[in-house]
Amino acid sequence: MPHLATYVGLADHSEQTLADSFRAVAEGHAQVADVFHLCHTLAGWSDAHREALAPVVERYGEQTDVDEPERLHAAGLAQARDGEIGLLRDLQDLHVLASLVQTTWMVIAQGAQGLRDRELLDLAHACSAETARQITWLDTRLKVAAPQALIVAP
Amino acid sequence: MTTPTHDSTHDSHDTHDTDRTRDVWGERTPHGRGTPWPTRVDLHLEDGVSEDQVDRWVSSACLLCSNGCGCDIAVKDGRMVGVRGRATDRVNHGRLGPKGLYGSTPWSHSPDRLTRPLVREGGDLVETDWDTAMGRIVARSKQLLEEQGPLSHGFYTSGQLFLEEYYTQAVIGKAGLGTPHMDGNTRLCTATAAAALKESFGADGQPGSYDDIEHCDALFLYGHNMAETQTVLWSRILDRTRGDDPPRVVCVDPRRTAVAAEAERTGGVHLAPRVGTNLALMNALTRELLEHDAWVDHAWVEAHTLGLDDLRAVVAPYTPKEAARICGVEAEDVRRAARIFGESEAVLSTVLQGFYQSHQATAASVAVNNLHLLRGMLGRPGCGLLQMNGQPTAQNNRETGADGDLTGFRNWDNPAHVQELADLWHVDPMTIPHWAPPTHAMQIFSYAEAGTIGLLWISATNPAVSLPESERVKRILAGDQCFVVVQDLFLTETARLADVVLPAAGWGEKTGTFTNVDRTVHLSEKAVDPPGEARSDLEIFLTYADAMGFTDLDGGPLVTWRTPEEAFEAWTEASRGRPCDYTGITYDLLRGPTGVQWPLGVERLYGDGVFPTDTDRCETYGHDLVTGGTVSEQEHRAQAPAGRAFLKGTAYSPPHEEPSEDYPFRLTTGRTVYHFHTRTKTKRSRPLEESAPHAWVELAAADADRLGVADGATVRLESPRGAIEVPVRVGEVTEGAVFVPFHYGDHPANELTMTVWDPVSKQPTFKTAACRVTRVHDGEGS
Repeated sequence: MPHLATYVGLADHSEQTLADSFRAVAEGHAQVADVFHLCHTLAGWSDAHREALAPVVERYGEQTDVDEPERLHAAGLAQARDGEIGLLRDLQDLHVLASLVQTTWMVIAQGAQGLRDRELLDLAHACSAETARQITWLDTRLKVAAPQALIVAP
Repeated sequence: MTTPTHDSTHDSHDTHDTDRTRDVWGERTPHGRGTPWPTRVDLHLEDGVSEDQVDRWVSSACLLCSNGCGCDIAVKDGRMVGVRGRATDRVNHGRLGPKGLYGSTPWSHSPDRLTRPLVREGGDLVETDWDTAMGRIVARSKQLLEEQGPLSHGFYTSGQLFLEEYYTQAVIGKAGLGTPHMDGNTRLCTATAAAALKESFGADGQPGSYDDIEHCDALFLYGHNMAETQTVLWSRILDRTRGDDPPRVVCVDPRRTAVAAEAERTGGVHLAPRVGTNLALMNALTRELLEHDAWVDHAWVEAHTLGLDDLRAVVAPYTPKEAARICGVEAEDVRRAARIFGESEAVLSTVLQGFYQSHQATAASVAVNNLHLLRGMLGRPGCGLLQMNGQPTAQNNRETGADGDLTGFRNWDNPAHVQELADLWHVDPMTIPHWAPPTHAMQIFSYAEAGTIGLLWISATNPAVSLPESERVKRILAGDQCFVVVQDLFLTETARLADVVLPAAGWGEKTGTFTNVDRTVHLSEKAVDPPGEARSDLEIFLTYADAMGFTDLDGGPLVTWRTPEEAFEAWTEASRGRPCDYTGITYDLLRGPTGVQWPLGVERLYGDGVFPTDTDRCETYGHDLVTGGTVSEQEHRAQAPAGRAFLKGTAYSPPHEEPSEDYPFRLTTGRTVYHFHTRTKTKRSRPLEESAPHAWVELAAADADRLGVADGATVRLESPRGAIEVPVRVGEVTEGAVFVPFHYGDHPANELTMTVWDPVSKQPTFKTAACRVTRVHDGEGS
């Protein structure tokens, strides 16, 4: 099952990328109080997903050297952008990263179904549900930030 | 104008005889369960004026806390000289508290009232006429509209204006300009009340009635120091707890307040959770209830709620022991409190700033709603829920939508609701800014800081003192990036930083209505003329609307009313068919002996177990209580709530700022019985000001010992954001916590607080920050 292992690895890496990127956005927009606190909170969720995944990584291994899916790796946000329009773009990038995480969990859930691995299935569902909440917050916050950033910001 | 008089057959308690700054709740009138609260008429007149010298009494209601006590204003020689509680009013049965008695009228003839408009000239504020002042506002407003559009405009209003003024402002902002940037200081006091009601029941609107106090056998006060914040309501409770068949009181408060003492006296419980841990305690109470099957009304829950299984799973880890570990309370006390809730016949709960301004505010307040839902304890005598308001007219701000709500408890995300308003106002629905969640106060100030809001209009509030990180707020107001308009009674800390200051008429100098927390609407009539050129807030908004030339789709004027009564009638139409339906309530009806509840003839909401949660009716589709992410229409519809209430549970998370080695104390802020808000009115009353002339900090005795300070010593209080030096009072707080009143502009507690807010209600978290305390010297003075 080299490709399930690949996806387990992808989940692990993409959650880490998401967590790191949430933190980069939090620190880069520290003066925006809700973004600062919530991005830290949501980074913590991704950390927790990785912790919960650790036993699965042990069981299936973490394949990082399979050619094809390598291209799925997304670079994270090392540094936040400035200002209101910068925040908008950063939130959008987080949205892309979170969507990658969510579809990764969906694929893993399908694999877990096939393998009748109930533990992995429950984990994939639970993580996927929380990723959906991360995405919902990003949607909400994007909608809040958009009008002012697009129309009035310098 | 007619000025109705309500003669009372009862003896008046002239407070020349009893000093109500000392005897805060006045003489007891104890009575048994289920019997009416006896009448006691409180009266205060200026020195040298006796009751028979009063020229006339003008009907009104008190504006100096959120209770909404009916009263009559004494007028002599064209001046307001005192107040008398109205015996026939359902709210107060004649009583008034010390703030109402001593603080209602002295401000009105204070020599420092604003009497002429001011404009900034060469850095200074100078007197001018109305045409010049309004001309500057309109020029700036039109220029910004042309260059940047409506998003360049922000309004920050109050919990002190009248319904008619809020509604007019809402129409100007939402349909005239079309800006989503409207909020009020109600964000600081009642946003969480509204949010919690919406999340649980689908719409704002308080289920309970003050009369529930007469019928309950248990009273739960969550973060609500009612003995100081709503003294008349507290005397109503004392008259039960000191009478036959008294209710037991349970108090959740980190300070040992008079409420806590009464809890112990009545055989109830005082739970003093560590600051910032309310939700862990609530989850434990909920878990206890669920563990005792007989305490839950399963048939009612099955028929009228959604979400029990999820709630059960969320609260499962919060055993009484776990609550004890997190909150620092006794596990046995958690069990006892839950037992009182579970075994009483009729429970009344009230919630206030200890929950609303603390960590996980909405989730913890929703948990109070959950307890009532689990027992089916709503809508029956004694079974009440009062998500209290901090200010007297906050409810109207929420109803009319001068804040972040959509007029008439409508849903921003529901196009049919937006269309209803567009039809009513005869404007293009695209004008009404429903495409994004409305901008909350802290965000408005951030936009003003960045200059993307180029005109900020502040009415009847003092954010330079009341908002978190007040130094930052002052910088924002003083800067050139944003043109600031302030309308107020006095040159407040905020007004001093404005570009234009408009002199406003106050209570008793104008007519309008307002509504309290048990949905009682009062009419407050004009008793005297405002000083100098001061104008009512309604007149000011109408003048602006006229000058801007706001029109409807046919080119007619958008705002069609001129008088308060016409504005009220227009609002009544806007509320028709919505949960806050005012139809049938008229000025004539309100001129009767008592205030009147909405909806007319309904004392308690939800007696039938039907909630406004239907997808097409609700005020919100709801939020993720952790993130504030919005639930979509499809998700809401899929749950098919159809009139059932939501049980929503949330896990506890630690506060954003925990004590550290450098900042070992937990800071909490709050109120004193003698002052209201930033003291604009109460500091101008001699008895009130003398009772609490300056700020202080409360320390627990053990902490005071460790620091080597005694009562009266001066200490420096320092958080990562700022510092103040204040005298010490050793007393009520729990060990490890410090308490500072927030009223004082010269020692602003809010220089210490954090800029952080609840993700759902967006109410700032004033009550959880870390700080350190160091001794400066023994004794007061600097």
